[in-house]
This record gives sequence, structure tokens and C-alpha cells, in this order.
Amino acid sequence: MPLKLAAWAAGIAAILALPLVLGPYYLGLATKMIIYALFAMSLDLLIGFTGMASLGQAAYFGLAAYTAGLLALRLGWNVWAALPGALLVSVLAALAFGLLATRTRGSYFLMITLALSQLVWGIAFGWRSLTGGSDGLPAVPRPDLMPFVSLESDSAFYYFVLLIVALATFILFRLVASPFGYALRGIRESETRMLALGYNVRRYRLLVFVISGLFAALAGVLYVYFNRFVSPDYLHVERSAEVLLMVILGGAGTLIGPAIGAVVIVALEDVASAYTERWLMIIGVVYMLVALLAPDGLTGLFKRLRRGRTGA
Amino acid sequence: MSALQTVGVSKNFGGVLALSDVSIAVEKGARHLIIGPNGAGKTTLFNMLSGTFSASSGQMLLWGKDITSLPPYERARLGMARTFQITQLFSRLSVSENVMLALHAARGGDLSVYRPMKGDRLLLQGAADMLARWELSHIADQAANTISYGQKRQVDLMLALVGQPSVLLLDEPTAGLSAAEVVRVADMIRSLPRDMTVLMIEHDMDIAFGFADRVTVMNQGQVIVEGDVAAIRNNAEVAAIYLGED
Amino acid sequence: MMFWILQTLNGVSFGMLLFLLASGLSLIYGLMRILNLAHGSFYLLGGYIGLALLKSTGSFVAAALGASLAVALLGVVVERTLLRRLHLREMPQVLFTFGLLLVISDFSILQWGGAPETVPKPELFSRSVQLGSFVYPSYRLFIIGFGFAVAAVLWWLQERTRIGAMVRAGVDNEEIARALGINVSLLFTIVFGFGAFLAALGGIMGGPIVGVYPGADFEVLLLGFVVVIIGGLGSLRGALIGGLAVGLLDNFGKVFFPEFALFTIFAPMVLILALRPTGLFGRA
Repeated sequence: MPLKLAAWAAGIAAILALPLVLGPYYLGLATKMIIYALFAMSLDLLIGFTGMASLGQAAYFGLAAYTAGLLALRLGWNVWAALPGALLVSVLAALAFGLLATRTRGSYFLMITLALSQLVWGIAFGWRSLTGGSDGLPAVPRPDLMPFVSLESDSAFYYFVLLIVALATFILFRLVASPFGYALRGIRESETRMLALGYNVRRYRLLVFVISGLFAALAGVLYVYFNRFVSPDYLHVERSAEVLLMVILGGAGTLIGPAIGAVVIVALEDVASAYTERWLMIIGVVYMLVALLAPDGLTGLFKRLRRGRTGA
Repeated sequence: MSALQTVGVSKNFGGVLALSDVSIAVEKGARHLIIGPNGAGKTTLFNMLSGTFSASSGQMLLWGKDITSLPPYERARLGMARTFQITQLFSRLSVSENVMLALHAARGGDLSVYRPMKGDRLLLQGAADMLARWELSHIADQAANTISYGQKRQVDLMLALVGQPSVLLLDEPTAGLSAAEVVRVADMIRSLPRDMTVLMIEHDMDIAFGFADRVTVMNQGQVIVEGDVAAIRNNAEVAAIYLGED
Repeated sequence: MMFWILQTLNGVSFGMLLFLLASGLSLIYGLMRILNLAHGSFYLLGGYIGLALLKSTGSFVAAALGASLAVALLGVVVERTLLRRLHLREMPQVLFTFGLLLVISDFSILQWGGAPETVPKPELFSRSVQLGSFVYPSYRLFIIGFGFAVAAVLWWLQERTRIGAMVRAGVDNEEIARALGINVSLLFTIVFGFGAFLAALGGIMGGPIVGVYPGADFEVLLLGFVVVIIGGLGSLRGALIGGLAVGLLDNFGKVFFPEFALFTIFAPMVLILALRPTGLFGRA
């Protein structure tokens, strides 16, 4: 269908052309949206596809951010070493936390992911000598990719982020279309049946927990490079809740929904904080409204509208 | 060697003794029926056998192998399959996707993360064949929670059969079905391979006695009596248990 | 020796505040299957409103009762009008209660400012008593006694009254409880309000010990979670034992490892998770 193709092409062209039309502030906002889209998709794997509601995703986001920052600042590692190092630390944490958390489900799982994440926050907050405590780590350098490629400029960094997130998104889409991805959905719908069919459900839950943490970690590293700064609130439950909202608002279990949710929430926060100091209260009200009115999220709403229009 | 055997299995739910010293032997190729009034412990026994709950005491053997402490998925891999009293389907997935998940597991269930499941020709074909055999091709793309109750029961049974199990546990396969649907399911059960060992819980006496060659009667968590259909039919104690229900 | 006794008393008295919070959280979850993320906010409001009432009336009892009733009323209104629409839907409940937490948190800063405040002790317990060769604040001793009294009242309500029986029936099986003619919907509202009452009571009673400050909602919610993880959701006994355990761990943690006090709380929590994922007395 040529129209659909044209729409896709136009969309991609628009995304690629943004640095040419946007000033630094809004380009930065767009960069932030793309990073958060990855963050939200990582959580969607867990919540939307496997049905494991977590309030601790920020742990892997923040841990990777801190590790990348520390490796660059304290050890002078360049991005080729710091990035894998940061991802590894987060994956190990996800494995350790996952082994514990996947012993539970439902509300216990929710509480434990929150508690473990706050534990990491507490360490970042309290260990001043390592992490700078509540002041955080300033002056984290942008990645030094190659001798003559500088990511200092907003445009260059934007394309860098776009490339990485595009690759990650491709992998995520392949993942959810694979038998593994369908097994996750199976677990979400009926663990009992999955077990009776011969699936080692515990192993799948642990694996998705770690993979989800890996992609959150990637988002975290991109974010610390973006801000050139990391602080304990990368790890706070408010951040975990924020990305949870993006997943639900966008529509859990679709990958694209949470990405859209990320764009919407980042935009909303930007507008709200520009107009009032009480923007947290506004966000809180948004949470409540989404919960009451749009539990299937925007994609759910869209599907319902489409069905309505075709009269099906 | 029996296909499936329990030796003195008991189950205690925090003070409530749901099963007490249950010993059953099901021979290969048998059509073994379990009957008893509500609360007799029949489904609890099934949950023990499939591994959903662990036994408080006793032993369970599958083809002579001790499965007492094996988790459900390992018992499935050893050839045990079951259906559920309340259908357990993957509600928001299509019927076809339901079957593919079962088929993928039956074929080894490897942790494939990169290739699309729906790109696997063999898997697609296998699922399509299965659906055609059961005359359910027309609902292949419908979400499992949108099909009729009778169709759900059929899919529930289909999922259990996909892996060609050696031992099949049927938990009230005709519950809630219309007369016509009961006939269909009964036919399906009758056409199961003779070398498949089938253990069934059933309340519909016509189906039950028509299907079985051996019957175990349970009441209040215990095995009361066991024998062939004629013997059980004429057993006064069994009649008393059921009459006592009125 | 004296050191240990004093620190234990500190831990137990703080544990009682946690018990007040966790008992409500546990009760609400046990009956309604709602994990109320705004429960810490009820604690916070109890502290702030209580302090305001104390300043205007001078009576600690009036402040404690008034604040707790006010917050209970808020709980009742929220539950009846909004929360009940999300019955048995976990994700929307999480989102909703977290949103409520943010709203109350920001509102508190708006209304009462962002500075931490101290709450003066009630006249009756403002002095310290002689314990061997040490003096110890009588207020903390009062909190310990009060906590046990509340535990006893809750136990009596749960085991010996009709309403307790109805709650227990509802916890066991909501559908059957409804079929038995129990007004489950009213019960939900009452229990939610009561849970909020207990949390707010903890907030104002805890005021003289830990103060009233922004961020207390998050902190106390987290500790409350650790309490129910250790003690088990839905269990009164679990809330008490878990509360005392966490109170002691928190206190001794702060004494011995001030920078990493969190670890002393989390280590036992991790242990319980490894051995009994549903907590000491929790139902699966």
C-alpha cells in the first residue's frame, strides 16, 4: 500500500531531519524522548509481555549510568570499554535481584523490586566518597567514539542515540516475535498451562528479567551521556513509576505503545514544569486519570476507535 | 510396570487432609476412571499427579520413574499431559498461537530468541493440520477468550494432545457442554490411540462408564473401592456414597 | 548492658509505628487485594494535620484523633468514588495509588512548606523516667504500650467480633462472602478507611519521635513493604512481628552502620525471600 509506505517514509525522514529544524533545547527534548522510549520498551517486555509488574526498573537504568560515569571519570575508560562495563554491572545486578524476585509474583514481586531498587538508591545516596552522594557525579564526558567524531554537539549526539535505540528496537521487535516472545505471552496468560506444556516458567521469568534490565541499562548509559551528569534520582522509585506510567499510558504489550507513552510523558513533564512548580502534583493527577480512564493505554484507545470506525 | 502409580499419597493443606493414603495403579493403555462426590479429592489428586501441588507424603511413579519431587514441566517432558476443570487457555492469543506454543514445547521448546515464530513453516503447518483435524480451522485467528465455551473445551483438550503424551489426565472434559458438544468430545476421547494411557475424572455417568475399563471411587480424600465397571455399578457402598449426597 | 536495653526500647518503639502502618496496609491487601502505595501518604498527612491541630488546640489527644479521622475520611472518599472502579485490576491500582502519593506529597509541600518539623510531646509523657542508672523518654514507653494495646484491640476485632468475622470471610473468599449476604462493598470502604486511620495515627504519634517532614511518605512506605515482606501480607501477627523486627533492625543498623543502615534491614528481608517468599505468616 503506497500510502502507508509514504507515511512511514515521511515519518522516518522527519525523525532524521529534526536536528536541522529544532533548536538545542527542543533537540535535547527529542533526544530525551528517544532514550526514554528505549527505557519504556525495556519495561514493557517485563510488564506487557510477561505480566510481571515491577517498580524497580530504575535500578538497572541508574546502575549502568553510574557505572559508565564512574568508569569514565575515575578510571578514564573510553566508551568502548565503559559501555560494556556498565551493561555488565547492571546485568549482574539484574541476575542477582532476579534470582530473588522471581521467587515471588504479583504484589510481593512488586514490593520486592521496589525494595531492591531503593537499596541501590540508598547506596548511591549514602556512599558519598564513591558516588558523590546527593550531589551526584558531574562532568561525565560524552563518548569519545573515534578520533574525529565528536559527540559534543547536540546533533551528533542525537544521531548517535537514534542509531543505538533503532538497533535496540529492532532487536526487541525480533525478540517478541520469536518463540521466546510468545512463551512470555503464554506465561502472562496462564502460567499453569505453560508448566503443563513443559515450559520451565521460572527460567523464562528470570531470563526476561535480565534481558529487560539489559535494555534499561543501555537507556541509562545513553541518559548519563546525554546529561553529562548522574545523581541518585536516576535510581529513585519515582523514576521507576514514571517509566511504568509510560508503559501503561502507551499501551502495555505492544512495544510501540510504551515508546509513544514515553514521548507523551516527557512532553507533558516539560510543559508542566515550565508553567508551575507543582508539576509533580499534575503528573500525579495524570497517573490517576490514566488508571481510571485508559488502562489499555493509547494503543488500546486507538484500536477501539478503529474498530468503531469500521463498524466491526 | 504401571504407566502411572501413586503409593500412599497424602496431601495436607494446613490442617485440612485433602488426600489420605491414596494408592492407585494405572496400567499402560488403560482407560481409568476416577469418580466420587464433590470434595472427594479427585482434582487434588490430579494436581498431585501433574505436580501443581507437592505431596505431603507418599510417592508417585511415571513408567516406574519417581516423579514425586519433579516440577510440573519436567513431568510434561516425560510424557504426561493434562486438561483442566476450568479451561486454561492463553486468552488473548489466537487459537492458532495457542496451538503453536504447545507444539513448540512438544518439539523441544528451545529458547529461540531471534527467528520469528510465525516464520517457522513446520510449526505453522503443524498447527494448521491440528486445527483442521479438529475442524476448528475457522477459529484459528480468533482470540481464545472470544470463542464459545464448547470450543474452549476442545482447544483445552487439543493443547494436551499436541505433544502426543503417553499419559493423559482428563479433568471433567465434558463439564458445562451441551449435549451435542458432549457427543463430539466423547468421540474424540474414544478415538484416542489405544496405547495412550488415559486417566479421567468425570461426573457424567454415561460417558464415564462408557469410556472406562477400570474405575476408582474416591470419597473424602480416600480411595473407597476399585474395580471394573460392572463391579462398581453394583457396589452397594458406592451407591450409598452417592445417595448420601441427596 | 544498659546500652542494649535502651537501643532495644528505641527499636521496639519505632517498630510500633511501623506496626500501625503495616497493619493497615496488610489489612487492606488481605481483604481487597490492593497494594496501597499511598499508605505512606496517609502516615504523612496524619503527621502534618495532627501537628496543625496540635498547634491550634493544644491538645495532643484531639490532634491525634482529629488527624486520624480526617485522613480516614479522605480514605473513605477516595475508595468509594474512585478506587473501587479498579477492583481486582493490579496495574491500574498501582498507577492510581502512586499518583495519589505524588499528589498528596506535593500538596503537603504546598500547604505546609518543605521544612522538617518537630512535634512536641503530649504533656503527660513529656518527661523522662528513671530506668536503672539511665533516663529514658516516657513517651517512647507509652508508644510501646500503645502499640501493644492497638494490637490487642485489632486481634479482638478480628477474632471476636462479627465485623472481624466478616472481614475474615471476605479475605478467604469474596464471592462466597457476598453470597452469604455480607455487604462486601461497605466492608471494603470501612476497612480502607480504618487502615488509613491507623496509618495516620502512626504518623501523628510518631511525630514526637521522628518528626514530620517531606519524604516521610516514601521512607515509611518502603519500610512498611519490608515489614509485610518479612511478616507476610494479610497477617496481623506478621505486621506486629515484622514491624518489631524492622524497627529493631533499623535502629541497630543506624547505630552500628550509619551509612549503610539499609543493609541491616534488607539482609533479613532477602533471607526470608529465599526461604519463605510469602513471608513468615503470609498467605500465598
